[in-house]
Amino acid sequence: MSQAFRIGYGGLVNRDKKLSFKFNGKSYFGYEGDTLASALLANGVHLVGRSFKYHRPRGFFGAGVDEPYAIVQLYRNGETEPNIKATEQELFEGLEAKSVNCWPSVNFDIGAINNFLKIFLPAGFYYKTFMWPKSFWYRIYEPFIRKAAGLGVVSTKHDNERYEHKYEYCDLLIAGSGPSGLSSAYAAAKNGASVILAEDKPRFGGSLLTSDVNIGNQSGKDWAEGIIAELKTMPNVVVKNRSQIFGYYDHNMLVMSEKVSDHLPKTKKYHPNKRLWYIRAKEVLISSGSIERPIVFGNNDTPGVMLSSAAKEYLKVYGVLVGKKPLVFTNNDSGYETAIEFKKHGVDPIVLDSRKNPKSEIIDEAKNLAINIKNSYVVVAAQGYKKVKRADIASISDDKKQLGKIESINCDCICVSGFWTPTIHLASQSGNKTKFKEEIDAFVPGVSKQNETTLGSANGVFSLDETLKTSFAAGSELSKKITKNDNNIAIPNVVEKKSSQHDKFWCVPLPKGKNYKRFLDFQNDVAVSDIEIALREGYRSIEHVKRYTTLGMATDQGKTSNLNGLQLVSEIENKVVPAVGHTTFRPPYTPVSIGAIVGREVGKHSKPTRKSPMHSWHEKNNAVFVDAGVWLRPRFYKRGNETLFEASKREAKNVRTNVGVCDVTTLGKIDVKGPDAAELLNRVYTNAWLKLPVGKARYGVMLREDGIVMDDGTTTRISENHYHMTTTTAQAANVLSHLEYYLQLVWPDLNVNVVSTTEQWAGAAIAGPKSRDLLQKLFPNLNVSNEGLPFMGYMEGDLFGVKARIFRISFSGELAYEVNVESDNGNFMWEKIMEVGEDFEIQPYGTEALSTLRIEMGHVAGSELDGRTIPYDNALEGLVSKKKDFIGKRSLLRSAFTAEDRQRIVGVVPLDKKTSIPEGSHLVKDAKAPLPNPKLGHISASCWSVEYDNPFSLAILKNGKNMIGEKLFAMSPLKNKVIPVEIVSSHYVDPKGERVRS
Amino acid sequence: MLYINCPHCGMRSQNEFSYGGDASVKRPELNKEVSDQEWDDFVYNRKSLRGKHLELWQHISGCRQWIKVERDTSTHEIFRTFKANEEVA
Repeated sequence: MSQAFRIGYGGLVNRDKKLSFKFNGKSYFGYEGDTLASALLANGVHLVGRSFKYHRPRGFFGAGVDEPYAIVQLYRNGETEPNIKATEQELFEGLEAKSVNCWPSVNFDIGAINNFLKIFLPAGFYYKTFMWPKSFWYRIYEPFIRKAAGLGVVSTKHDNERYEHKYEYCDLLIAGSGPSGLSSAYAAAKNGASVILAEDKPRFGGSLLTSDVNIGNQSGKDWAEGIIAELKTMPNVVVKNRSQIFGYYDHNMLVMSEKVSDHLPKTKKYHPNKRLWYIRAKEVLISSGSIERPIVFGNNDTPGVMLSSAAKEYLKVYGVLVGKKPLVFTNNDSGYETAIEFKKHGVDPIVLDSRKNPKSEIIDEAKNLAINIKNSYVVVAAQGYKKVKRADIASISDDKKQLGKIESINCDCICVSGFWTPTIHLASQSGNKTKFKEEIDAFVPGVSKQNETTLGSANGVFSLDETLKTSFAAGSELSKKITKNDNNIAIPNVVEKKSSQHDKFWCVPLPKGKNYKRFLDFQNDVAVSDIEIALREGYRSIEHVKRYTTLGMATDQGKTSNLNGLQLVSEIENKVVPAVGHTTFRPPYTPVSIGAIVGREVGKHSKPTRKSPMHSWHEKNNAVFVDAGVWLRPRFYKRGNETLFEASKREAKNVRTNVGVCDVTTLGKIDVKGPDAAELLNRVYTNAWLKLPVGKARYGVMLREDGIVMDDGTTTRISENHYHMTTTTAQAANVLSHLEYYLQLVWPDLNVNVVSTTEQWAGAAIAGPKSRDLLQKLFPNLNVSNEGLPFMGYMEGDLFGVKARIFRISFSGELAYEVNVESDNGNFMWEKIMEVGEDFEIQPYGTEALSTLRIEMGHVAGSELDGRTIPYDNALEGLVSKKKDFIGKRSLLRSAFTAEDRQRIVGVVPLDKKTSIPEGSHLVKDAKAPLPNPKLGHISASCWSVEYDNPFSLAILKNGKNMIGEKLFAMSPLKNKVIPVEIVSSHYVDPKGERVRS
Repeated sequence: MLYINCPHCGMRSQNEFSYGGDASVKRPELNKEVSDQEWDDFVYNRKSLRGKHLELWQHISGCRQWIKVERDTSTHEIFRTFKANEEVA
């Protein structure tokens, strides 16, 4: 297919490299350096999509980030991405894209019937139309709206692309590489400052790529290329193209999204698709430029109507004519620049200028080129459905209220310029209170809030000479403050054509008897009439008008529509624009891929995965793992076709009858050292610690200041001033912080040091009636008899040449020991235990069996210590000292905590002794009571008791103390179960605790 | 993201710290008779100021020290930071 609208020369594309691509299934060619938009325009394709609400045909409106229409579904390397702006997507070989929001095709779209139903779809129509009957919303309205409105389709497949995050620090961060960005970057770099210069487009230079100016006896474009080339050689400078700074956050933290691979057919190996930069800058220079705004007229959304600056960019950068019979409609001199470019390339434009008699160097040049100029003329309406064919034009009175006789002229595009809107998003996000600048009819940054300086046209300065002077000065001054260097740089001479004042005119009145749609927001289909309705219906605040009409709420965030919307509101309300105010500029400035925000923190990388030193042994022995906090722990060791239920029963039963071994490395461990260590423990735990002898362990419970149990565990006195504290796996980090808080802030007089040793020790729990015999064989030289190593005793030993710590503690309720060795020896210890244990029929057991064992013993764990229970609730009040003070003690006196019918842990057994009770079930008195059925308690943990071979659960039950023997119902609406149960003691097995002491 | 001057380590980003609440709260001394009101004020009642606020942060991924930070809760401006044992004038 020929590129009929590509001129034979010029532009910055690489004409030696032809690229093929597909749009809506049809094949085309473009050149390297094209965007999808420029390549389609080169092929004369203007119809790219359908509008959001009315499904009107839409084409291209801009040439970059401001594009409201040309949003496509992109297919690349087997993946698909929605809502890609064709004006930003660079062409690559084999690119495929499709139109969105149309069915069955962009040429024939059923939804376009909305265009004829538009009187029924005014502002707020969602709120008005689809409210009744209520039940219709889910079944009929919502699915219909979702199908009819909405843009691209998100892939439901796993995203195989890689995204990276990067943290960077610099002296000056410069957003935008136009004239102001380049000048300030250059001046700052020459002063030795570390500079990051970011440009969202592939090419550096901003407006210099398209404007007809001269800097230092070179064209603007050549000057820009020279500066960039030099900056790239400087070690203190980072220049990044395809990188959009989209957010300005607190304390001069800015975030930039770098498109690393979007312009390639596929991402290179080991490269990310996108990279998100978190940049902390000492100074921020905002040189983000400005966006041309449209003038509003009838059918101004017809394909072929576009910004005059975009038409110029397509011509100068891509060598593409957006039309061969262009009409330029302007209220300022910028339109003339576009007209001159057309004329220079052999195309005759007609210029309509709303101004009566403007005079400037640019206009003189246009006149010298014999361009047809009509003053005091406007476009009343574009004509043509899928493409502009004609324009209705008319003269306009000086007060801009009266139109002359309508004339129809042929044209194939309308290039519109309503003057320029500074891009103040970043300044506003930093907290800068913007101010309205009357001369340019737009907001500019006011007083800086953070260390940000806005330069050039982003600051409302449209003269290149002034821009260069202020930007060189800013770059030099700000860097001087940081580096103390002052390398004075000569500011180059600028030759530019002076322009004249723009016309304060933004909307063409409707001719009598016509009600053309005049669009303000092109992406969300918000027309002048919608704003009028919103105001008639009483919406006043601009924020309310925005939300009611959806003005500026689309993915382009109103880059081309906001100011015209404000002008309209201020006109109807008879207020000045600054009194109306603008809506808040929130980051991101442009849509950012979710993938880039998430970065590499996906799947297993979303948090660290910690593995015990014995992990590989578990893997080799068919362990099925479970996430326990950040740890991976064996849940059970599968034999043959065993289920979780069968395996955990087997493992638990083996502990009760023989001996089992469990990896307890994950338990939190904290070394507590110092002369006041005992005093600290005494204040932290609820029970007494001052008299614990060396070589003894003690179980302790710690509270928060509000009396709620924070954690439990055993602490062992290793030597005079050295204690080894253990915490639950989940609370390890919190407990350490908790201790540090009291030591550093509350009781700094205590001479104690705490440090986490969780990863220094590997731990194995050996539990079961045969565990002592096993231990004796592991440590033949130690006296591990009941006298030599009694319950809660501690000793050190030598495990086949490896130093070991032996604690006689038990979580399973059986005779049990815990052996710790240095992590590096963990696997050795484990293998020795398994090897020696063979004689005693040892089996490893996982967390599921561990839970079974502790539940039937009534030992509490995380599901009871859930941040809502006090010691009494867990039957731990015996551990609460009445004599000494400790953290949280005063709270235990609160009336709710001392109430007679306070909740308490109980055991629960189903009456049929068969039905397992789902965890989380509610205990109620009457299963048939009307909802909400009063809840008496909840099931905190359930298991299959291996001791009695029936289901057993723990529950936290109101007035639990007096409920033993009661019959209740466990209800689980989620599992649709109602189970009659009996309340029993939580100590279901060995209630006197004889086994652990045996 | 805030940029916090740890008095021990220097300027560090917020994601190295964890927030610890109002730094002006003083724990009643141990073994002292405390009224319900006093205890409630210590455990629960906080002012939720708009403006200058002295608060605790722990440099949890750094030196693990608890520090005091004087911050404006509406603008996020940080005025001064102090070590745990420094008295704030």
